[in-house]
Amino acid sequence: MYRLISVMLILMVGMGCARNNVETINIAGSTAFQPFAEKLAEEFMAVHPDVRVNVQGGGSAVGIQSAQSGVVQIGMADIVTLPKEAEGLNSIVAAKDAIVIIVHPTNKVDNLSLQQIQDIFSGRLNNWAELGGEKGEKGEKGENKSITVVSREEGSGTRDSFHDMLLKGVQLSPHALIQNSTGAVRLMVQSDPSAIGYITHGVVTPDVKAIAIDGIAPSPENIHAGKYNVVRPIFLLTKGELKGKAGEFIDFILSPQGQKIIADNGLLPVK
Amino acid sequence: MKYRENLIQIGLLLTALSTIAILFLIALFILHEGLPIILKVGIKGFICGSHWSPQQGHFGIFPMIIGTVWITIGALLVSLPLSLSCAIYLSEFSTTKVRAVLKPVIELLAGIPSVVYGFIGMVVLFPMVRNYFGGTGPCILSAAIILGIMILPTITSIAIDSLQAVPYSFREGSLSLGATRWQTIRMVILPAAKSGILSGIILGVGRAVGETMAVIMIAGNSVIIPGSFLDPVRTLTANIALEMNYATGDHRQALFATGIVLFIAIIILNIIANTIARRGVEK
Repeated sequence: MYRLISVMLILMVGMGCARNNVETINIAGSTAFQPFAEKLAEEFMAVHPDVRVNVQGGGSAVGIQSAQSGVVQIGMADIVTLPKEAEGLNSIVAAKDAIVIIVHPTNKVDNLSLQQIQDIFSGRLNNWAELGGEKGEKGEKGENKSITVVSREEGSGTRDSFHDMLLKGVQLSPHALIQNSTGAVRLMVQSDPSAIGYITHGVVTPDVKAIAIDGIAPSPENIHAGKYNVVRPIFLLTKGELKGKAGEFIDFILSPQGQKIIADNGLLPVK
Repeated sequence: MKYRENLIQIGLLLTALSTIAILFLIALFILHEGLPIILKVGIKGFICGSHWSPQQGHFGIFPMIIGTVWITIGALLVSLPLSLSCAIYLSEFSTTKVRAVLKPVIELLAGIPSVVYGFIGMVVLFPMVRNYFGGTGPCILSAAIILGIMILPTITSIAIDSLQAVPYSFREGSLSLGATRWQTIRMVILPAAKSGILSGIILGVGRAVGETMAVIMIAGNSVIIPGSFLDPVRTLTANIALEMNYATGDHRQALFATGIVLFIAIIILNIIANTIARRGVEK
């Protein structure tokens, strides 16, 4: 019994000390930016041992809500236009993320116009042959050239951005397959020769082929030069100006060192 | 001493009651969250409406009810012949040694995480379905095959137990009357074990209806009323899991309302299973 009490006492003292010396910064929101935020937090904590940065996901909506309610000091959101729920919050663009349209590597099509993209995703155009795909090349069954549209679930930040920037009010075909993560969309496209989908630029692998829009390929040069403009901002949201360590953390993200971490891991730096 | 016994008894009673309390609270919670939107759209509009686009204010879950029903029927068609013949073999023909090895192995199937089933479906099953049947891969057929394998252990192991529960004298009587082994199984043992097998099947159906992760990965999730077994569908559980992360307001309520429909369906299935099982015991 004595031992138990003494252990508890030591633990309590330990926790008391921890609370006195270590400052905690809480961040939550966008799952697209979460891995980057974790990486940044790691680097920041290496330099500032007296700070503890907790990074959580939850999605852009959670990022906005929890920044608004003060649960976290910094909320993350990856949408083109901030919704009205974000009113009154300070927003800082921490990085940019390009959305690219992907098809199977064997697909002969490597350029689509905006109009064609809208027609494909709305279901008006559903055959690769009409887009310059050669007859018989799609699918193991020779004659099957119909297009398989793969999209994200309603409410996803990537889907909202895609609709805002490319579909522009055109309704998605109800026959589109829905997958609930970037990885699942990519897996679907790489396993189906007639599929088309969209994912963020940072996770494109050689298993899928990113295609050009109106002749502009989503190459790193084109994206950096601003030519490829299907790009969404990633916002850091705060309630008022942040002071202390949380402010320092945002400065760190915007510093050349922080921006380099973002660029090295596949997102576009803002500076 | 007596005092202490009573204390323990009350403690155990409270623990038992707490599970009921949790069920009751969950039911209350989803009713509270979901009912407003059902009342707003109307029960008929919600259950029979075929247009689901929550951000535009359309809440009809009929395609998902149809999707759930088709996938479940498909899973049963895949699973029943396999699991019943497996159970009959293990109970009536195999030696005790073989059964002692095979039964736990089949039950191990139930321990594989559903994500793994889903992944196997995406990587192995999609190309096969595309090659042999056409279509795109994610469809009712793929989901039925994977779900059929997932409910296999449930149905098989309950069927084995109920076949084993048939008294040995039934077999002896039938065989001594000159019936063959197959006649004995078909006319004596299967009818005697019927109620147990049926409740096993219904538990399997419950598992198929409630499965989420694997179905999201392999059913395609399009909100359409399927025209063939190669069309993609979305199930009720998939709908909730796909959209719950971001949903707010009416959309969120509509997802809870989907949960109410699912909850009622599962309760009805369980009541049927219990009734059948009880009738079997009384007989």
